Amino acid sequence: MNTFKRSNEPIAWSLFGAGGMVVAFIIPVLAIITGFLFVPDSSLRVYELIDSWLSHWIGKVGLFLIISLTLYHTVHRVYHGLHDLHVKGNDVLMLVLFYGTATVLSVVCAAWLLVI
Amino acid sequence: MSTVHVPSTIKITVQRYRPELDDKPWQQAFEVPYHFDLSVLESLNYIKDNLDSSLSFRWSCRMAICGSCGFMINGVPKLGCKTFLRDYLEQGHITIAALDNFPIEKDLVADISGFVEKLETVKPYLIRKQEKPLSEGEYLQTPAEVARYKQFSQCINCGLCYAACPQFGRNPEFLGPAALALAYRYNKDSRDQGSSERMPFLNSEQGVWSCTFVGYCSEVCPKHVDPAAAINQGKLDSTLDYGLNLIGMAGGK
Repeated sequence: MNTFKRSNEPIAWSLFGAGGMVVAFIIPVLAIITGFLFVPDSSLRVYELIDSWLSHWIGKVGLFLIISLTLYHTVHRVYHGLHDLHVKGNDVLMLVLFYGTATVLSVVCAAWLLVI
Repeated sequence: MSTVHVPSTIKITVQRYRPELDDKPWQQAFEVPYHFDLSVLESLNYIKDNLDSSLSFRWSCRMAICGSCGFMINGVPKLGCKTFLRDYLEQGHITIAALDNFPIEKDLVADISGFVEKLETVKPYLIRKQEKPLSEGEYLQTPAEVARYKQFSQCINCGLCYAACPQFGRNPEFLGPAALALAYRYNKDSRDQGSSERMPFLNSEQGVWSCTFVGYCSEVCPKHVDPAAAINQGKLDSTLDYGLNLIGMAGGK
């Protein structure tokens, strides 16, 4: 008889799901703002606008969520994509490599946001 | 109008495997009459009646409701009765094999006992904490309540989705598309009160979490059930259950 043990996947999946929303709805907007509207000497003054957002703690928390959720989304997709492509690795090593990378980069991002 | 040459016969290659005689499956080719309204199942019956009576395959209703005649037809899981020779005119050749991902019993007969066991595992019936007496009448449902589960109740247990699912192919422990869609169907039924009995199966690695949303199960489903949607909406249920369990409200394990 099979034993059915509760999986811890919901943690990774909910970060993945939240990141998916960010990637779908917020990243395209940010890509346009920072990639196309961010022109030096433009009357839009995009740099000053973003700079003023990030001087407030709400702006910092927002950018942290955008970056870290996108990271978790990406590593989750690549992790399961590799499984689908039959790329195998040590289970623990793969988990540490992918979700660990996202965690380390999220911490770096948080530290950087605290500094600026 | 395309001017495809309409032949009088078409070549069908059938997978054979007789466990008492053969070490491994082999291919046997037949030339069968072609007509635009002949199905693959009818052609198999033609072979059995006229060319080789030892060929074994499952079939019953001939109208895509019994779910018996699932085969790999040119590598794609399909019902023999719902697949027509005319769709293979351009290829000019049809290959039929037993459903992928299942052991072969004989020729085109897949051993689906593991699949049936999985269907039973998820308790696919209405569970009531307390059954109300007949005298109180039936359990009424609004159209909206019916709509929440109706499409998932159209499954005919043909197993095509299991032949399509790469995760089931790699890990036969995975409960798989049909069983998880069935669990979802009962969990979403307003008359049912048994979802806490089904969640342990859904919550496990063999449950919804083995799925990576390839989506091929829904593509091959002959009844348009969309098991991939059921599984991935089940992931949300499982995640909520995980959270509730963490704060000690679900009482799950």
